[in-house]
Amino acid sequence: MLDVLCKVIRQSPMKASYWMLELDAEAIARTARPGQFVHLRVPGLESTSLRRPFSISGACDGVLKIMYKTVGRGTEEMNRMVAGTEVQVIGPLGNGFPLEPKGVPILVAGGYGVAPLCFLASRLSQKGVVLVGGRTADDVLMCEVFEQMGWSVKVATQDGTRGETGLVTVLLDRELAEMKACGVAAELYACGPDGLLKAVGGHALAEGCRGWLSLDKHMVCGVGACLACVQNLVRSDGTHWIGRVCHDGPVFESREIEW
Amino acid sequence: MQEVDLSVDLGGIRMKNPVTVASGTFGYGKEYAELIDVTKLGAITVKGIRLQPWAGNPLPRHAEVACGMVNAIGLQGPGVDGFVRDYMPFLRTVGVPVIVNIWGTSEEEYAEVARRLSEVEGVSGLELNISCPNVKEGGHAFGTDPRTVSSLVAAVRRATQLPILPKLAPNVPDIKVFVRAAQEAGANALSLINTLPAMVIDIETRRPVLANKVGGLSGLAIHPVAVKLVWEAAQVARVPILAMGGIMGPEQAIEFLIAGATAVAVGTANFIDPATPLRVIDGIAAYLKRHGLDAVGKLTGSVVMK
Repeated sequence: MLDVLCKVIRQSPMKASYWMLELDAEAIARTARPGQFVHLRVPGLESTSLRRPFSISGACDGVLKIMYKTVGRGTEEMNRMVAGTEVQVIGPLGNGFPLEPKGVPILVAGGYGVAPLCFLASRLSQKGVVLVGGRTADDVLMCEVFEQMGWSVKVATQDGTRGETGLVTVLLDRELAEMKACGVAAELYACGPDGLLKAVGGHALAEGCRGWLSLDKHMVCGVGACLACVQNLVRSDGTHWIGRVCHDGPVFESREIEW
Repeated sequence: MQEVDLSVDLGGIRMKNPVTVASGTFGYGKEYAELIDVTKLGAITVKGIRLQPWAGNPLPRHAEVACGMVNAIGLQGPGVDGFVRDYMPFLRTVGVPVIVNIWGTSEEEYAEVARRLSEVEGVSGLELNISCPNVKEGGHAFGTDPRTVSSLVAAVRRATQLPILPKLAPNVPDIKVFVRAAQEAGANALSLINTLPAMVIDIETRRPVLANKVGGLSGLAIHPVAVKLVWEAAQVARVPILAMGGIMGPEQAIEFLIAGATAVAVGTANFIDPATPLRVIDGIAAYLKRHGLDAVGKLTGSVVMK
């Protein structure tokens, strides 16, 4: 965990309100693991705003990639960052995903939930399937990046503007049924809204496989001090505890979470 | 010019410099130990502890506002035994005074927590949380009536020899009444201010943003309010004041010292820039040199009123 001043290499709009930010952050990129995040001090709002947490969507050759959606005051201000802009970044933070699946990995993304899964796909010990869901075609991102890495990509949108019509869990149902028919074990990884995570967790339970869920919670300190992003959890021995998503997560196995 | 003397005596707590952190904004110290050199702090003030573990409030627990934030964490904590077991071993290795913020739902509970912590090696002082706006049962209920402040401080006084610092509520008609009540009941120093009661409503959903509906405002927004209260308190205080509220850098800390504080605590700024307490220490030293002062004590209460 470091707090470093780094420079923007480039920032490019993707589509709709999604952006890709690339930072020259060798010290953080070197040790970053998929599922971890960074806590960024928004240039221009340094003294009047809290930091913003972002999943790491890539860390290679000293470059830290952050894919984000413009949703409010902080991210709107971030849109103004250009090559050379200096930004203070704490990271890498959080626990990250395990990288040795016990079955064929199925990655389930909702909207900007593709961000950490893209990094995960580049580091997992075996390739598998990515199921990408979004409200509309505009919310379906990074499919070509997964394909270039040799992953099979399937898409669902709620309004039917791209891929299957409906929730991404429709794709998951089918994928799991096909694997079951072939006698292949699966391991699930998901990032997206709570509803999607709950559904994926339910599938993991029903199939008897592991489901790794990356939670998206509003954070303040990012390091486990303030207790703003807590989550009720249960250990395998049945004892309950309150975890900090920023410090004990953001990735939890589906059986650990008490929704 | 030789080095300036930054050391202060905060009601019996010997600090090598006048800068600590505000309870609840720094965890139990070790959360930030990877990011900053915590051994440089004047003291570490940890998150509020009661007798038993406490789950705190439902989420959302915070909302960002202009120049600050509103929180209603609700004093989640491991209880006194959990704190001593899980956090004191690390804190003892840091080698700076540890101020433990304590709370309860009755005088007896405050006294019992104080009694137990008095037996723990490495605890240097107790900050009494009598002004948390986020917990109905305790905290705030004690802090807005001078008679209950007096009675509570006296009860804790009987339970411990450790320095005690009641943390006063800002939302009272006359802070001087509370300063007198606390010091006459045996307080060794005073902490002020706690967060200001506040509320944020989402105009699209028309619902309060916080699950607790209301919370406490902190950050730069409350700094001038805190300066005024510290200045007023200092006029009647016979014990040292630990000032907090919106310190983002050395300037706000120096302002508190001039208003009458002996020491200061950095709070919300830790979330934005964890290096803030260290910047404040260096900034105070530089200010003293620039103004030809050889000790930080000479700044305390030096406000010019005519």
